[in-house]
Amino acid sequence: MAFKSEEDAKAYWKENVGLMVKLMIVWFVVSFGCGILLFDVLNQIQIGGYKLGFWFAQQGAIYTFVVLIFYYARKMGQLDRKYGVHDE
Amino acid sequence: MDLRTLTYIVVGLTFALYMGIAVWARAGSTKEFYVAGGGIHPVANGMATAADWMSAASFISMAGMIAFMGYGGSVFLMGWTGGFVVLAMLLAPYLRKYGKFTVPEFIGDRFYSRTARIVAVICLIICSVTYVIGQMKGIGVAFSRFLEVSYELGLLIGMFIVFFYAVLGGMKGITYTQIAQYCVLILAYTIPAIFISLNLTGNPLPQLGLGSTLSGTDVYLLDRLDQVVTELGFHEYTTQLRLSTTNMFAYTLSLMIGTAGLPHVIIRFFTVPTVKDARSSAGWALVFIAILYTTAPAVAGMARLNLMNTIEPMSGQNLEYEQRPQWFKNWEKTGLLQFEDKNGDGLIQYRADPEVNEMVKVDNDIMVLANPEIARLPNWVIALVAAGGLAAALSTAAGLLLAISSAISHDLLKGVFMPEINEKQELLASRVAMAGAIVGAGYLGYNPPDFAAGTVALAFGLAASSIFPALMMGIFSKKINKEGAIAGMVAGITVTLLYVFQHKGIMFVADTAFLGDMSPNWFLGIEPNAFGAVGAVVNFATAYVVSSVTKAPPEHIQHLVEHIRVPTGVADAHDH
Repeated sequence: MAFKSEEDAKAYWKENVGLMVKLMIVWFVVSFGCGILLFDVLNQIQIGGYKLGFWFAQQGAIYTFVVLIFYYARKMGQLDRKYGVHDE
Repeated sequence: MDLRTLTYIVVGLTFALYMGIAVWARAGSTKEFYVAGGGIHPVANGMATAADWMSAASFISMAGMIAFMGYGGSVFLMGWTGGFVVLAMLLAPYLRKYGKFTVPEFIGDRFYSRTARIVAVICLIICSVTYVIGQMKGIGVAFSRFLEVSYELGLLIGMFIVFFYAVLGGMKGITYTQIAQYCVLILAYTIPAIFISLNLTGNPLPQLGLGSTLSGTDVYLLDRLDQVVTELGFHEYTTQLRLSTTNMFAYTLSLMIGTAGLPHVIIRFFTVPTVKDARSSAGWALVFIAILYTTAPAVAGMARLNLMNTIEPMSGQNLEYEQRPQWFKNWEKTGLLQFEDKNGDGLIQYRADPEVNEMVKVDNDIMVLANPEIARLPNWVIALVAAGGLAAALSTAAGLLLAISSAISHDLLKGVFMPEINEKQELLASRVAMAGAIVGAGYLGYNPPDFAAGTVALAFGLAASSIFPALMMGIFSKKINKEGAIAGMVAGITVTLLYVFQHKGIMFVADTAFLGDMSPNWFLGIEPNAFGAVGAVVNFATAYVVSSVTKAPPEHIQHLVEHIRVPTGVADAHDH
């Protein structure tokens, strides 16, 4: 195992899960939230020809998903380096 | 040059390319056959994953479904992309770290049980086989429609092509052909969409065109579409629910976790060199998928508007049947478009009310396939769409067949029944299993079972309720033991299957389900295809309860879980 100590391993996992939970909340909000549950409310707002709820359901959620994965990959890369568990 | 010759040339060229790649990328070891040697660049793997993932259903059917479901079709858009977020954060990096060849192998090791591995193989085969039937049908249909050969001959040609590169090259051959197939299918999808968006709105980007005003007016495209469809009695396009909010929620969730749990997608992430690459590769996969998935709703809305405008250019001014355009006649021949002059006035009335509606059949698939013709695009674009549809079906079929054959040769044969065979024998076995899987899938394509209509959607429910929860608990919990995992998988898949079968009569009578005839017997109003989310909850709950009353997992399993959580020191995907 590449961790310096048991504590490091625990701290790394905790930070990893924390990041994941944060990003999964965003994942949930843009799709299930904006695209489905808050659909009617957001549709009151219009952006160009798109009603906002409709835009989230058919466009916005997908763009956010892409950003989420790359953000996750970058943050995890930093976390790996911080704890010295990155591949050289 | 006439369309048919042109289509033969374009499709022929793409097939020659796939065969060429097959010869170049032959597999020499089990590692190459199962995981393409484990050295695929994350961007290349992302592209291959996108082709692996986007099937005939994504390419041909999805925009058509959205065109007729409006907002309700969003469940497919969000569900089939959001799953990659789940996959990237919850599964792919850890499974890559573990570094084995198949999904059941991880389940068997983590739950220290041969039974768990066999249950996982059964779940995998059930979801992959239901999925592959849909691809085989897609190949047959695409051939018969574009190349004017019979469905059976088309299927046979498709089987031969897949056979050639999948048996020779395994995952290695499949990976490189999938990259080529992605390029073909994405060009075939976006080029007509750009033309149509330019025609209608003057904006070359379909994603922006859908939100723009119609050329030469200050009316927004979507407002116009809402107006046109409501005047004819259809539900307003941008707010048309799929049954209910609860159902849309459950459906989206089922598709998301089903996506994350589909073995043929997961094993693609075993082909990249490191854990870090597995994370970014999921991002690249979604970029390549999003190009099609953000274009699809634009194709859907624009095609629906074009169709409505063709039939009724001005309110109350209906198209004369005798004046119908050539594409209308062409698609009538296939039976996918049917007109019946109910009031005998020689005009075409397209209405929501089935009593007076004269467009008695407008198949979903027409929206993408006839789109270039409706928009009067040049013949080479139409030929390209044919090649794109075939690329989408072939690439997904090959990925599924690999998942099935590796489960048979690696998990069942090498893992359980004949552990003494050496690598060379296993490689031969995997080729034989692949050949067998292709023949089996072809047979099911010739004689699709009754439930074939709903098969692709069904596969997601099954993956969501069986494989996904087992993998997630295996990574994130040290407490779930073998009894819990096995009971959970069995309970999840059983509940989902029973629910689907119970409502089979309703669901598999084509096309009616989304129009809103909600069965009073549906649990919380959730349609059978959306039931995977409930099955997953059952799986998690069962596993938790059973694990808490049985013996905790042994010490070495705790170490195994800790081991997969450390990203570094990744072993190459290997045998034992």
